[in-house]
Order: sequence, then structure tokens, then C-alpha cells
Amino acid sequence: MPLYKNGSFVQDQWTTIPEGEAMSPAGHVIVPLTWWQAERQAFDDSHVPIGVRIDPGIAIDDFIADLSRFALIALVIPKFQDGRAYSTARLLRERHGFKGELRAVGEVLIDQIQPMLRCGFDAFEITDPVTQAALETGRVPGVTHFYQPGVNEAPKAGARPWLRQAGR
Amino acid sequence: MYRYDEFDAAFVADRLNQFSDQVQRRLSGELTEEQFRIHRLMNGVYLQLHAYMLRIAIPYGTLSPRQLRKLAHIARRYDKGFGHFTTRQNIQFNWPALKDIPEILGELASVEMHAIQTSGNCIRNVTADHFAGAAADEIEDPRPYAEILRQWSSIHPEFTYLPRKFKLALSGSPHDRAAIQVHDIGYQLVKNDKGETGFAVYVGGGLGRTPMVGHKIRDFLPTKDLLAYTQAIVRVYNLEGRRDNKYKARIKILVHEKGFEAMRAAVEAEFEADKSELLALPQSEVERISAYFAPPALPERAAQSQALETRRASDHAFAAFVDVNVSKHRQAGYGLLTISLKPIGGIPGDATAEQMELVAELAEKFGHDEIRVSHEQNLVLPHVALDDLPAVYDALAAQGLATANAGLISDIISCPGMDYCSLATARSIPVAQRISERFADGPRAKDIGGMKIKISGCINACGHHHVGHIGILGLERKGVETYQLTLGGSGDESCTLGDITGPGFSYEDVVDAIETVVDTYIGLRSTPDEDFLSAYRRVGMAPFKKALYERDSGSEI
Repeated sequence: MPLYKNGSFVQDQWTTIPEGEAMSPAGHVIVPLTWWQAERQAFDDSHVPIGVRIDPGIAIDDFIADLSRFALIALVIPKFQDGRAYSTARLLRERHGFKGELRAVGEVLIDQIQPMLRCGFDAFEITDPVTQAALETGRVPGVTHFYQPGVNEAPKAGARPWLRQAGR
Repeated sequence: MYRYDEFDAAFVADRLNQFSDQVQRRLSGELTEEQFRIHRLMNGVYLQLHAYMLRIAIPYGTLSPRQLRKLAHIARRYDKGFGHFTTRQNIQFNWPALKDIPEILGELASVEMHAIQTSGNCIRNVTADHFAGAAADEIEDPRPYAEILRQWSSIHPEFTYLPRKFKLALSGSPHDRAAIQVHDIGYQLVKNDKGETGFAVYVGGGLGRTPMVGHKIRDFLPTKDLLAYTQAIVRVYNLEGRRDNKYKARIKILVHEKGFEAMRAAVEAEFEADKSELLALPQSEVERISAYFAPPALPERAAQSQALETRRASDHAFAAFVDVNVSKHRQAGYGLLTISLKPIGGIPGDATAEQMELVAELAEKFGHDEIRVSHEQNLVLPHVALDDLPAVYDALAAQGLATANAGLISDIISCPGMDYCSLATARSIPVAQRISERFADGPRAKDIGGMKIKISGCINACGHHHVGHIGILGLERKGVETYQLTLGGSGDESCTLGDITGPGFSYEDVVDAIETVVDTYIGLRSTPDEDFLSAYRRVGMAPFKKALYERDSGSEI
């Protein structure tokens, strides 16, 4: 699946393991949270990079204790109108200091890329061909003036005093 | 009033470019209608029964004469010569062509206005008391805080895809004229026992299909925490609010299903966990924004106006107008003038381009350049010298704007109903017109006293019928319009939802039913000063029910 990261499409180093599929703990795999919770023993000895897929509706508290074990968190966007992952992303970045890859998977469309970036996502699995075509031209539509702090953003001159870079 | 700086102006220009690009991509087929819909709504563009409708924000209901003239210009050039002021301090144009909309938005940007977030599942136009900055009972002007909320919520990256729309309202006075308890979040400015200013915060109010009165979640929130606390509430809602059913997606349902105490605990925990202080409002910034809302320098005047008293003595119509439409200003010798957009038999909330231009002119000549739009769909000149009222009255009367019915029975809130709206199940405007004609604005209306009638043409309740002293809900039963009545609702600080009288009434009979309610009230009130709401709260539904359903006419359905 095309992966957009840091302004271009890149080779995906990760393999996504679908729900219910067997696998060995080889590393660089993205597994469902339930799988991780059931099979974590197998990973505890290996210390390979592991990614976890979080469906909307799963509370951060359900996996926050293991955060340091994850090199990647994939947040599922079932429909582009579903905004839950935006809050989860900000919490992971700003409150819990998650430094790994934060990947948006599901219905990720071109007009949502900018707000997702501002909430701390840094990687996007793109399935929509129009979005893919637009991103290939290097175009991420959006605005350039913001009234709120964004994750990892330096404020622009003239911006509001409470608009400060989020603590990382 | 607030003036855009370079940053604000650049932001609105940015947004206009973004939307124009989205329109282009829709036209080229890159965006599907479903994908485009969400963007068009977040820029105020609806597809209505007959045409596109453009809803323009009037943040916290404050307008300058220049802005009102621009709205008049838009009405004349792009619409049919009038606009419709709504219950959320917006103005709607019902007939613009889609191709003209970017140009209209450009015209609006030239006077520091926009249509951003007047629709969509995001934080909507922030509303406030239309008497703010002038009311005699005010603790502090709520508009600087409303402006801060407006800025912070504009294209908020985290809160643009909420489960459902989200409405904020603020009041600076103990007497709530902004209906804050029927908003998703309501903020009431209060003083604590140390004399500090803060907010009492209400959450989970709303009307619509499942009306609920908001719960007080905070007795006192320091003003500096306004944004951080709001973020906590909206974040809990964004994460936990239902998304499986749009009719159960508002925060009121979350509060109801989760339980208010659990909701409060979740919000407080989220607020406590946010240690960043990123959103703490610097006092200097509150002061900077407050300076824009500094009251005009009003020259001292005698409390009693000779000019007014002389005219009053010789002109009954003028006397009635002053008695009914002028409210107490904080400064002696001045009044808050409500300009009723409820002419007898007219369409509630409509104003022609000529009327808008007249009000703009009067605001310049007599009103210190300020105009307000009330959620009751009227206009307000908040600072008029009592001495100038005769001249203002004469000018208004010449344009059909001197209806003396502010707060009376013919000052009706009505949704557009089946005449414009694609959701409506019954007509609302013609019902409002007939009630207005029945009771008018003469001595009978004055004798009835303070009375809020609110009409909705479907269960979505845009006409706020649940909080009408008398509420009317138009429904469709087997292809026939039927009107359900509720009594005893109130949207002020004593917020309550009205009680349903019983079976509904036909389109033909509903006005007679209202008259029965009114006559019953007149017959049972303890003194002429006991208003309808007080009387209803004292006696309850029984006498009204008896009068309505034990009539001989047999007209009930």
C-alpha cells in the first residue's frame, strides 16, 4: 500500500498482519492490539521493532503501559468523517511523548492530511487514487495561518500569544 | 468592536483560497459530492429545498454599520433583496447561485466577515448576549472571551471531525439572554467570593429531537482556563461521543448515557492531565482583546429625557414603542433599543436591503456605530440616547421597522419551515404570521405581557419550541400537518423544557388553540403583573389542558 511520509511516497518497511493471521515475531510487523496483548510473551524476549494497530474506540489507557515497546502506532480511520484518531494522536505525542511513527490508515483523504500532520501524524497509508495523485504532485492543500498550537510546529510571526509550540 | 489584524485577514483569505480550490476539485470531479459536502458545509453552504443557502457568521451578534451595509449589498446583488437573521446570530441568504459563492465570500472578507464553520460537525459560530457591553445587570462583557473562543476554534485540527455540531454560548449577566443552558457548552460570567471573575460552565444542553437542559459542570472556572477547559470537554466528546447514529451524536446524549457525574470526572481528569499550560490565556492578551470591546464614550445625559417625555405624552404609538422596545442601559440617559424584525403578519427575522441600510445609518448617526443581532431574530442598537429616540423611531417607522412588540406575543421565533427547509414536516412561517395577526402589537398584546412563542416545523427544533413559553411543533401525521403545543418552557437562567399539552391541533385550529391558552392565562393570573411563565409555573398544566381539550368545537385531532 502506498505510504506517504515526510513529503513523498516511500518504501514501507513494515508488514501489516491482518486480524487472526498467524505470524512469528519477526519484527517490523504491525499487529492488532488484541494480538499484541495475547502474544506479547513471544516478543518480550526478541526486542524486535513492533507496531500496533489501534481501532477507534480503544482508549489510550488500554495500551499506554506498553508504549515504550512500540516503534509504530497505526491509528485506524474507518471513515474520513471520524475524528477520534486526531485526539488520540495529539495525546500520544503531547501527553505521552510518543516518538515513534504515527501512521494514519483507513480512509485518508487529501483534505485531511494537513490537520492530521498538525495533530502529530507523520505517515499515511493512501488507498484513494485521487489523494495519491495529488500527493505525488507534492500538493497538500490547507491553510497557512493557525489559531492553535500544532504538534511540533513553530508559531508564525503575528500569531496569537497562546499559540506556542507544543512541548515534546 | 473587534478589528482583524493582518493575521486574521490572512487567515480568512487562506480559507477562501482553500474553499475555492475545493469547489474547483468538486467541479472537476476529483471530489465526490459526499467528500465535498463536508467542506461546503464547513463554509456555510447548504443545499436547500429550492437552491443553495449561504449562512454567514455574525460572531457573538456584533456588527458594524459597514458590515451591515455589505450584507445589504449582498442581499441586493446576489439574492432577492433580503436576508434572514437566524436564532444563532447568523444571517442566511436563501437564493445565491453556487458560482457566486466564492465571490460573496470575498466580499465578506473585505469587511472582516466569513461563513466559516456555520455548519458541519465542528465548533459553530460562538454566540453571546445581544445586550453585552450595555446591559445594566452585566458583570463583564462576555464578547472578548467569545472572540478568543472563535479564534481558537477556527479550523481546529483536532476538532474538525466531531461526532456532530458543537455550539458555544456566553452570557455576562445573571439574567441569561443567550440561552446558554441549551447549548453544548454554556459559559456564564460570575464573581467568586474573592471578587475574581470566572465562568460557571454548563455542558450537555441542547434542543432538537432529544431536548436537554445543560448540567453545571463547574461553579467557577478561572478565566485563564477558558480554552484548556473547553479543550478538555470537546476532547472527551470527540473520543467518546456516539458516531453510530447522527441523532444520538450530540454531547447531550453522551452526558445522558455516560451519566453526568462520570462525564464531569472524565472532563476534570482530562483537564488536570493537561499540564502544558499551552492554552492558558495570558491576562495581557485578554486585555488586548477586551480593548476592542471598550464601551463607546457616551456623553453624560440626564436620566430623564425631555424630548422623549414630550413626544410620549402626545403620541401613543411612540409611547408603546419606547415602553416595549427600549431596555435599561447601564448608563443614565441611554437605552438599549430592540428593532423588531417581527412586523405584524411578516416573516420573523427577515430584513430587506433597504432596512439593513437604514439600521446601519441609524447606528452611525445615533448608535455609536454598533449593531447587534439577537438570537431572538431581532436587531439591537445598544447605545441610543433617550433624547434621540423620537428621531430614531420616525426613521424606523418609515421603513416598517417600528413594530412595538419586543418580548411580546407577536415577537415570535420561527424556523423557516416547509417554505424553505428540506427537513421540515410542516409550515412554520405562515403559523407565525397568523398568530402575529391575531394578537398584533396593540393594547391586547401589551396586556398579555412578556410572552415567548417559538415555532419549529419539525422535530429538529430549530425554532427552539421546547424553551418557548408557548412552543409549537409542526409535524406531519398521515400527510396532514398537525401542531403539538408545549407550555412553560424557558431558555433563560431558569431554563426548563415545556410540557406537551396533549394531542396536536390542525393547521386551521392551532391559532385558536393558542388563543385559548392565552385567554386561560388572562383568566387565572393573580395580578396583571404575573406573566404567563410565572402563572404557568404556579398553576401547572391542568387548567390549560381543560380549556384546550374540553372545548365544544371538537377540533382536536
